[in-house]
Amino acid sequence: MVASPPDPRPHLVVVGNGMAGCRAVEEILARAPDRFRITIFGAEPRVNYNRIMLSPVLAGEKTFEDIIINGPDWYADNGIELISGDPVVGIDRAAKTVTAKSGIAISYDKLLIATGSDPFIIPVPGKDLPGVVTFRDLDDVDKMVAAAGLGGNAVVIGGGLLGLEAAHGLSLRGMQVTVLHLMPTLMERQLDEAAAWLLKTELERRGQTILTQADTAEIIGTNKVEGVRLKDGTEIPASIVVMAVGIRPSTILAKEAGLAVGRGIQVDDHMVSSDADILAVGECVEHDGQVYGLVAPLWEMCRSLADGLVGSENPYKGSVTSTKLKVSGIDLFSAGDFSGGEGCEDIVLRDATRGVYKRVIVKQDKIVGAVLYGDTADGNWYFDLLKKGEDITEIRDALIFGQAFASSGGATANPIDAVAALSDDAEICGCNGVSKGQVMACIAGGAQSLDAVRSGCKASASCGSCTGLVENLLALALGDKFAGERDNKPMCKCTSFTHEDVRAAILEKSLKEIPAVMQALSWSTPDGCSSCRPALNYYLLCAWPAEHKEDPQSRFVNERMHANIQKDGTYSVVPRMWGGVTTPKELRAIADAADKYGARMVKVTGGQRLDLFGIRKEDLPHIWADLNAAGMVSGHAYGKALRTVKTCVGSEWCRFGTQDSTGLGILLEQMTWGSWMPHKFKIAVSGCPRNCAEATIKDFGVICVDSGYELMVGGNGGIHLRGTDLLCKVATEEEALEYCGAFIQLYREEARYLDRTAPWIERVGLDYVKAKVVDDHEGRKALYGRFLHAQKYLQKDPWAERAAGKEAHLHQHIAEIRPFAVVGAH
Amino acid sequence: MVTADWLDIGPVDQLPALGARTLPVQGGEEIAIFRTANGSVYALLNKCPHKQGPLSQGIVHDTTVTCPLHNWRISLVTGEALGDDSGCVPTIPVKIDGGRILIARKEALQGVDG
Ligand code: SRM
Ligand SMILES: Cc1cc2nc3c(=O)[nH]c(=O)nc-3n(C[C@H](O)[C@H](O)[C@H](O)COP(=O)(O)OP(=O)(O)OC[C@H]3O[C@@H](n4cnc5c(N)ncnc54)[C@H](O)[C@@H]3O)c2cc1C
Ligand code: SF4
Ligand code: FES
Repeated sequence: MVASPPDPRPHLVVVGNGMAGCRAVEEILARAPDRFRITIFGAEPRVNYNRIMLSPVLAGEKTFEDIIINGPDWYADNGIELISGDPVVGIDRAAKTVTAKSGIAISYDKLLIATGSDPFIIPVPGKDLPGVVTFRDLDDVDKMVAAAGLGGNAVVIGGGLLGLEAAHGLSLRGMQVTVLHLMPTLMERQLDEAAAWLLKTELERRGQTILTQADTAEIIGTNKVEGVRLKDGTEIPASIVVMAVGIRPSTILAKEAGLAVGRGIQVDDHMVSSDADILAVGECVEHDGQVYGLVAPLWEMCRSLADGLVGSENPYKGSVTSTKLKVSGIDLFSAGDFSGGEGCEDIVLRDATRGVYKRVIVKQDKIVGAVLYGDTADGNWYFDLLKKGEDITEIRDALIFGQAFASSGGATANPIDAVAALSDDAEICGCNGVSKGQVMACIAGGAQSLDAVRSGCKASASCGSCTGLVENLLALALGDKFAGERDNKPMCKCTSFTHEDVRAAILEKSLKEIPAVMQALSWSTPDGCSSCRPALNYYLLCAWPAEHKEDPQSRFVNERMHANIQKDGTYSVVPRMWGGVTTPKELRAIADAADKYGARMVKVTGGQRLDLFGIRKEDLPHIWADLNAAGMVSGHAYGKALRTVKTCVGSEWCRFGTQDSTGLGILLEQMTWGSWMPHKFKIAVSGCPRNCAEATIKDFGVICVDSGYELMVGGNGGIHLRGTDLLCKVATEEEALEYCGAFIQLYREEARYLDRTAPWIERVGLDYVKAKVVDDHEGRKALYGRFLHAQKYLQKDPWAERAAGKEAHLHQHIAEIRPFAVVGAH
Repeated sequence: MVTADWLDIGPVDQLPALGARTLPVQGGEEIAIFRTANGSVYALLNKCPHKQGPLSQGIVHDTTVTCPLHNWRISLVTGEALGDDSGCVPTIPVKIDGGRILIARKEALQGVDG
């Protein structure tokens, strides 16, 4: 049975001829060259190579020969027997033997399991079709290279490190590559939203298609892969599909042998498993609850293992890891924890012109994480400070500018002295090419604030990354006179730009996503705050109605749920009643819905419609479906949007009525419903100056008179009562509609988020609004045109979409616990 | 799957990033399961320490959730109210295994008779 010649030394058998297994052997040989007789089993039919370099091999930048770590000589020189191409299939712990697939059995004194990981295959139909490959060993690379030789389309499932390196290689080899990623952002374990956005933009620029939140339903094809179908129905053609969705420690052998296995094979600080004669190392182990998927921790494990084996203590204490992406031309680095949270402070540097984003996360004066994109020169320095737990108080101010700057004393030097020392022709603002001399001249010429410098010489007016320098120059020139206050308040603490600046930049620079705005305008936080995110979402929606993609994470609960949350966590539901008019059929449907879903109160609102209270979130899509079926749509009682159009009965019935106020109200509501605005917006139409519809406290009010319509704007009945101002008088309904649309569009395009029309008009002045909407005929028609254009995209009933299943997860429990059972939701 | 100490409540990808879903417990208190931007998962009772607001409906930021009713910020890690507010909501241990969410049985069933 055991066929080797007698050798008195204890026999060390290694299962796994990969990176950790061979490194462990190297470490043992370095300490005790002759202690063990060594046999290594490898499932792969080849010598030990550097697995991480498979990416450059796929990309055609390296060959297999280039990445061999230990060639045949190494085995021979060290008397190691390599049994390759023959996986071990069983361990008999009682007999202390291992058996390989070919049938050979070998006895061991010490066994080392270093089986690495298995790629995870998502269990979708078609996963076994020829043409579906993983990315783990040289055979996989050979398959991809062969497929690429035929050209065509490739789909990579998984937008993590491995997936993106596969996509890069296939794309360099001429394939049209689509990356499917389940999460909203690429490499979400290593990158924050800002860095992931930059990465995505760069990959798209290189011709890859990146689909996030893409959930694979099926791999299609009859005899081989033909494409991938997503859960939303999208089909993407492909002649090869690479699954790179994650790895699982390869633990089958250990489990079958009865060793303690959690997520990985459980080992102690010297890599010994629950059996004292069996060790394990590499990706297949779990140490202190952690499993690792990178090589750096393996090197540390191998040292502790070898020390332990030769009897000297050197406990492995776990590893902190850092990540780089091996895609040429993309510099990206991430280390530690960037989830933030209580007590964490973000230091962010963005340089839009160079495409740089750097973020260092500091907690209790120590670096706990770093994310760098575009300039990773200081990655290792940050990583080192992080691992050593170094106190960074002294260099905090200069930390983000990197090691060279921080250690040249840039940190401790007074920042004002530092700018004083600059020569006059030193460039301050890279975007607009403004030198220190020009900034100082501008200040001397009377610019006493940041805003004045920005408009005077354009310094810091574009991306804002030099704002700090300009402020220091102001302090240098003006001394105590410069208190730093702004004429125009910045949007929030994340930026030095005002609402107006941001809106202008969105249009000028064609910014279409929140991360794009943050990068272009040097946001000082990684992903904004709860005050700028909803504002940016609105500004983008307003600027690019046709292209805008909603960001639900930037909506407050009511706008996310399309209903108003109540103090007990239930919701109220308000269907639209056009102009306050309803029908017996609608009323019946509302009554039925109130009964069916147990509405605890039905109330007539101050906005002339009915409010059903106490509806549970699970029931929302159902009650909406019922109301939709009776012809009703969402009343947007929850939104920064058009709310209601109140009307009175008007000339149709009232003895004083001068015009059909009800009819005009309905027309106005039909034109304006669904529109998102800086704040809520209310309209009313009264049939005569008695004003029963209270039109003079609405954002837009109409008072009908014999000769036409008086258009009133800027009223507010809320916290600060404000009566409307007369905008103008018009003769026809058509004109009333046109002026209304134009007024709304001006408000939509120019007011700050969360300004209602009243404070906005107080700020810009009624004359300004009149000039734009009344006096400028062309301008008014253009505004009206833009409003109607936007409405083409906005007038979608959100209830109907939800009732049809959109965002269903918002309305369903994930599961339910009944004692002794868990019941899945669907 | 039900084991002695951990209950499997479903795959992680059923949780929206920066969002939450609810887990009613028959005879007990509803639990909210949160997922942060970088994929970490936390569980709290779905009940704000202020006035019982449903935390699952709040905006998730970093490792905190802002209550939808009166904007208290609650730590997902400790359950404590942050900033000037004080109060605490019980947390329930969660772990991820093979892409599935496991939640600690004992804490999840707190207060359930029998
Ligand atoms: C239901 C209703 C009261 C009622 O029972 O009649 C109501 C209910 C609420 N109002 Fe109102 N307002 C209602 C008519 C009004 C009116 C009267 C009107 O529209 O003619 C006003 C004064 C007019 C005005 O807006 O100028 C009004 C001024 C406010 C304000 C103060 C706004 C301001 O600019 O100062 C708020 C607070 C806010 O929006 O920030 C508010 C906020 C609210 C909120 C949304 C509070 C909240 O955030 O939860 C209430 C939601 C209850 C719910 O779940 O539905 N509500 N609210 C009315 C719904 C009208 C509708 O059909 O859509
Ligand atoms: C394409 C790619 C790129 C990567 N890039 C990086 C990177 O940039 N940085 C980084 O840190 N890490 C990277 N990694 C991860 C890194 O390669 C792994 O962390 C490392 O290889 C793990 O070493 P290991 O010895 O545990 O597993 P492996 O290197 O996988 O070795 C395990 C070996 O055991 C063999 N085996 C399994 N079962 C048996 C059995 N029953 N009998 C015999 N043999 C068996 C396997 O065939 C394999 O050869 C990358 C991985 C891949 C695939
Ligand atoms: S006035 Fe409006 S906000 Fe105040 S309690 Fe009544 S409904 Fe609520
Ligand atoms: S109930 Fe949560 S803040 Fe009031």
